Amino acid sequence: MADAALSHAPQPKGATGVLVLADGHVAWGRGFGAVGEAVGEVCFNTAMTGYQEVMTDPSYAAQIVTFTFPHIGNVGVNDEDCESLVEGAVGCVVREDVTAPSSFRASGGFDDWLKARGRIGLAGIDTRALTRRIRLSGAPIAVIAHDPGGNFDIPALVARARGWPGLEGMDLARIVSRTAQEEWEGGVWSLGAGYAPSPDDPRPHVVAIDYGAKDNIFRNLVQAGARVTVVPAQTPLDDILAMEPAGVFLSNGPGDPAATGVYAVPVIQGLLARDVPIFGICLGHQMLGIAAGATTAKMHQGHRGANHPVKRLSDGVVEITSMNHGFAVDNASLPDNVIETHVSLFDGSNCGIAVRGKRAFGVQYHPEASPGPQDSFYLFERFVGMLG
Amino acid sequence: MPKRTDISSILVIGAGPIVIGQACEFDYSGTQAIKALREEGYRVVLVNSNPATIMTDPDMADATYVEPITPEVVARIIEKERPDAVLPTMGGQTALNTALALFNDGTLEKFGVKMIGADADAIDKAEDRQRFREAMDRIGLESARSGVAHTVDEAFRVLETTGLPAIIRPSFTLGGTGGGVAYNKAEFEKIVRSGLDASPTTEVLIEESLLGWKEYEMEVVRDRADNAIIICSIENVDPMGVHTGDSITVAPALTLTDKEYQIMRSASIAVLREIGVETGGSNVQFAVNPKDGRLIVIEMNPRVSRSSALASKATGFPIARVAAKLAVGYTLDEISNEITGATPASFEPTIDYVVTKIPRFAFEKFKGAEPLLSTAMKSVGEVMAIGRNFKESLQKALRGLETGLDGFNRVVELEGADRGAITAALARQTPDRLLVVGQAFREGFTVDEINAITHYDSWFLRHIAEIIAEEASIQSHGLPADAAALRRLKGMGFSDKRLATLAVRSVGVAGGLAETKARSHGLLHDALKAMAGATSESEVRHLRERLGVHPVFKRIDSCAAEFEAVTPYMYSTYEAPMFGEPEDEAAPSDRRKIVILGGGPNRIGQGIEFDYCCVHACFALAEAGFETIMVNCNPETVSTDYDTSDRLYFEPLTAEDVLEILRVEQQNGELVGVIVQFGGQTPLKLAQALEDAGIPILGTSPDAIDLAEDRERFAALVEKLGLRQPQNGIARSRDEAVAVASRIGYPVLMRPSYVLGGRAMEIVDSPQQLDDYIATAVQVSGDSPVLIDQYLRDAIECDVDALCDGEQVVIAGVMQHIEEAGIHSGDSACTLPPYSLPPGIVAEMERQAEALAFALGVRGLMNIQFAVKDGDVYLIEVNPRASRTVPFVAKAIGQPVAKIAARVMAGEKLSGFPPFKRDLDYMAVKEAVFPFARFPGVDPVLSPEMKSTGEVMGLDIDFPTAFAKSQIGAGTLLPQGGTAFVSVKDGDKPVVLPAVRRLLELGFTIVATGGTQRYLADAGLPVELVNKVAEGRPHIVDLIIDGKIALIINTTEGWLSLKDSQSIRASALNAKVPYFTTAAASVAAAEAIAALRGSQLEVRSLQAYYG
Repeated sequence: MADAALSHAPQPKGATGVLVLADGHVAWGRGFGAVGEAVGEVCFNTAMTGYQEVMTDPSYAAQIVTFTFPHIGNVGVNDEDCESLVEGAVGCVVREDVTAPSSFRASGGFDDWLKARGRIGLAGIDTRALTRRIRLSGAPIAVIAHDPGGNFDIPALVARARGWPGLEGMDLARIVSRTAQEEWEGGVWSLGAGYAPSPDDPRPHVVAIDYGAKDNIFRNLVQAGARVTVVPAQTPLDDILAMEPAGVFLSNGPGDPAATGVYAVPVIQGLLARDVPIFGICLGHQMLGIAAGATTAKMHQGHRGANHPVKRLSDGVVEITSMNHGFAVDNASLPDNVIETHVSLFDGSNCGIAVRGKRAFGVQYHPEASPGPQDSFYLFERFVGMLG
Repeated sequence: MPKRTDISSILVIGAGPIVIGQACEFDYSGTQAIKALREEGYRVVLVNSNPATIMTDPDMADATYVEPITPEVVARIIEKERPDAVLPTMGGQTALNTALALFNDGTLEKFGVKMIGADADAIDKAEDRQRFREAMDRIGLESARSGVAHTVDEAFRVLETTGLPAIIRPSFTLGGTGGGVAYNKAEFEKIVRSGLDASPTTEVLIEESLLGWKEYEMEVVRDRADNAIIICSIENVDPMGVHTGDSITVAPALTLTDKEYQIMRSASIAVLREIGVETGGSNVQFAVNPKDGRLIVIEMNPRVSRSSALASKATGFPIARVAAKLAVGYTLDEISNEITGATPASFEPTIDYVVTKIPRFAFEKFKGAEPLLSTAMKSVGEVMAIGRNFKESLQKALRGLETGLDGFNRVVELEGADRGAITAALARQTPDRLLVVGQAFREGFTVDEINAITHYDSWFLRHIAEIIAEEASIQSHGLPADAAALRRLKGMGFSDKRLATLAVRSVGVAGGLAETKARSHGLLHDALKAMAGATSESEVRHLRERLGVHPVFKRIDSCAAEFEAVTPYMYSTYEAPMFGEPEDEAAPSDRRKIVILGGGPNRIGQGIEFDYCCVHACFALAEAGFETIMVNCNPETVSTDYDTSDRLYFEPLTAEDVLEILRVEQQNGELVGVIVQFGGQTPLKLAQALEDAGIPILGTSPDAIDLAEDRERFAALVEKLGLRQPQNGIARSRDEAVAVASRIGYPVLMRPSYVLGGRAMEIVDSPQQLDDYIATAVQVSGDSPVLIDQYLRDAIECDVDALCDGEQVVIAGVMQHIEEAGIHSGDSACTLPPYSLPPGIVAEMERQAEALAFALGVRGLMNIQFAVKDGDVYLIEVNPRASRTVPFVAKAIGQPVAKIAARVMAGEKLSGFPPFKRDLDYMAVKEAVFPFARFPGVDPVLSPEMKSTGEVMGLDIDFPTAFAKSQIGAGTLLPQGGTAFVSVKDGDKPVVLPAVRRLLELGFTIVATGGTQRYLADAGLPVELVNKVAEGRPHIVDLIIDGKIALIINTTEGWLSLKDSQSIRASALNAKVPYFTTAAASVAAAEAIAALRGSQLEVRSLQAYYG
């Protein structure tokens, strides 16, 4: 890695995009998508498919996603592969220019789609070098900027990056969560048929708290046999209980679980006290952990991709999982009433817990896949099976 | 789960000789498996008839049987070795079939041998079409609609389910003869009728056509705890209709949404579970309708395959090694990923580059074979290339193929052609269709138009269109003068050579004039250069150097940089600077290092034997304390395994690519030198460029190699040493050739200079044939001359492999060919030690070898070919480098010949190694294996042009038995009785007489044609007359087709008689009747049949032979 002194390389001819790190490093490239600038934490995702799902996952709020696979945009975009209508990542960094789409499913190109969603793209970057940098020195804060005229005020962008407080302590769930309650409609996708309609037979009622949820979680709950009502992140405990849930689902979402936990944890603790069945994914899992007495911590580089092995400790089976998290439950902090159920085979970090004596469990990874492997669907069935 | 302790010894079955469809990828997998099993403390017993493999090296397995891989022979090995288990999934279809046969005949049960990796039921379920289809139905996966028919009426009933177009495949015909694709009912009926007629069982399979659908492969690994992972997805650029082994493929899949990919992923794992592959690697193939995503399962292989090798090299995940560990009971999470050293094998590799594979073909070797690709595999090798994008990867693959391409070379025949001709060319599934696509873009075709004809996905086509558009821009404007713009071009994968070619055209001088002027010197050239940027490959290189445009090296780490890679497995790419400098991960060490250049894609004439030598060089030099650095681009090989060398560069073997690697390696430590003599012609061709760049070349000097190749220089040396060569001459025109030939006297042996494998080498009997030959040879050799030799008819040919260190010459082996001189040495069977040469002759050859080695200044290996006629020794040729016979010799004498040579090249003396044992108390026979069955219509006859793809070794205490084993190993089943047909040229009649007498003694009935019948009858033998084809029916071909002939002895003299007898050989091939086309081999065959009579073949391990 070149030192910071080398970083102010002159702007190359034709550079229309730039990534400016808070430490002053500047990577020039070609902008695409929306014009403008945005600040966030730079992460990398190693999945080779599913860029549209990644870019619509609200858990990426306030982040700039580096795709390690060089060709992004190959199959364009379509209306089905959106995980949320709210905004996730503020931008993405790719190595290759986006090409015209080639897929019978495509309804448009990735470039125009990003533009329409106000998201900035940066191409022509050595994404492997950026990824190695993140691995070696942690996820940096940066500004991603796109200007077709190539006019960039680098010192101002550095200052903006430096002025951004970082994800630690940041409650982003409040921003990306729904503001109104919603009766969820729709099951999982299948080729040729699209998304299945929700069946109208009587089903156990799950109230899902949306901290920045991916829609496919709700579809999987429907597939597993539940009826789902999605409620905003800050819905009070009494309102939830008034809905007489058979179980409560805690969704994924962006930001620091400790920050969101300020209002979410008391609600979860109230549910635990009443022995309401609980299933948490990602941020929801982390806050379940906090509610049960564990602590969370920010990870060095996080886990983002579709190839992460997780060991199910009950029987030793390995699940290949989809992951997206920069914080984790500290497995050294687990109190006696919390059982570790899953661990990462990459670094031993916690990937699942169950609360002893309660019908409450969570996983750090994404059993709803989308993108990623569907090895862990059983967790939805297990949850719905608890609802009696 | 812990490893199994109920087994302690394991039999591994290899794949046998290299054939089309089953090549050295099974040496790679078998070698990995054996290493993995021994690591775990198991006793490993190996059977493989192929001596050119690393896996059969005596220090690999505990007991190594170089014996034919037939159920009978393997049963004998089991009886002797009593292994607890057999691992049948590492040796391709050969190993699976053999294991299944041993299961079915009760051998495995009788000796208590368990099948590990895949059991008999899983193998059968995957192989049996009907059972496979039923299994897919059970898990809700679609198969292609199809049905079997025995009559035209039945066929029309099947058509109701398949619809048109339909594919008709006759059962049990060679190469799909008689089948085809029907687009309408009339055509359907016609093809069904011809198919029913062609099929010996009057049966055709009718299938729904999936032509033009996208084709994918998934490499899956599963353990006994039911953990299953996908190692790699592979997408075929060539759609359905071209065998996946013949298709251009990329990894990973590039045109699937995540939802589609996950359907395929889940389906692949479901297939493994349903078929019951309990542990190990499998490959599942899918077809996808590009219009609606409909997914069809094509087939699955319950074993490691060619695609597993590709997937292993593409991702860095060693599938065979892991599969072997899983077979003995480990689970994926218990095995470590050696690339990262920190994570387990239970994950799915993710890559941050694009891998392209392009197959290599050998149609030019098979006169009469149409270069069309279909569902039957025809390719003989493949190149793999890695780039940070598809364009870079694709263009690197094109130049790595070594078929004379620098990138998207023009297709001259289609330049300015009318649209109809271009459309027709695009529609033909030829080996060079990719180039035709490029040309079509030049001629104004659009992506949509080409997609409609070829069904190449438009994503791939757009990238090709961009390459072609960029080429046009260079042709108009010349090369850029700034680093960023030049780097952009290099990042698209353009080679320096291609850029130079394109830039010259920018100068606007019509046609080739600019090129001519560019080659000339002086002011004019400078002016041209100024306009074009650069006009030659070296000028482009200088331009790059001046602008500081060099590739960087990135690591193949299985995890897209998420974890640190501890294994230096690298590829080059042109990367933009990130924060100042482009990031390079090569990190060359400070050690003393030697670079070994590999052989590139396999081809006929340059195959596994050269990879074997390169691998041995790596092993030997590592033992001697050097850092070994391997450069190669062949994904099938052991040399491209990340643990064969200390550092591996997966790169094309061109001067440009190799020099960039050396530039980086010289930045730290000491580059002791480069070995170019072990990888065949490929690295030798780079010797000059390396010398020019001041790179030290180890071993024999390139000048000495050139001296041996250069006719005139070599003749002078031969004269100086007082040795005898066949009369010879050089001709640069037809008239010269006629003059030289008549001076020497017909028959003559003709060939172009500088070729390996006898490309375009032919025995010419007459001026007429010479004219015909010149037409082909000039095409082949361009402006280089034609060589003409006196043809020593009926001479005995010999090969000598020797080592020299400058002070001492050590003979490793003298081999006597069985086929007479004139048959390419690579195609000829041979024995070590010589089976019938007097000691005096052998001593004379050794004396000459020694003189030549000293005269040429050989340091390392040398191979010499001699012909012996009437007691005289003639020198045919000398190759002061590793030869095709090195592995055979090493295995026959039990000495690591290639390893010693590598260490001699690095400066050690032969006196430091123990002497070779030369008086063997056994006989080793090498036999060649041919792909004729893959090329219907080609005359399966031996000639000076090499056609074999592989070899086997037969070992036993006497020549007849060893020869018999070599025949069985090569797939020739020698009959124990029946009718033998004999038809031989006059000169051979006395030679075959004892053989015929022998066959009669053994109870054979003999039939013969006119002259031969008369000769044999006159000698008092009871021989019946049979008609030649031209003499009326029933004739000999009728008898062969009716299964009435068990053995054929058929030699010919001259061109015409060869043509007349072609139908005999073709029908013999089709009916799988053993045939011998030389007198010497016929005699050996009769002896072998006698040796087999009444006695069971004994088996013995190499370790026991070497004792």
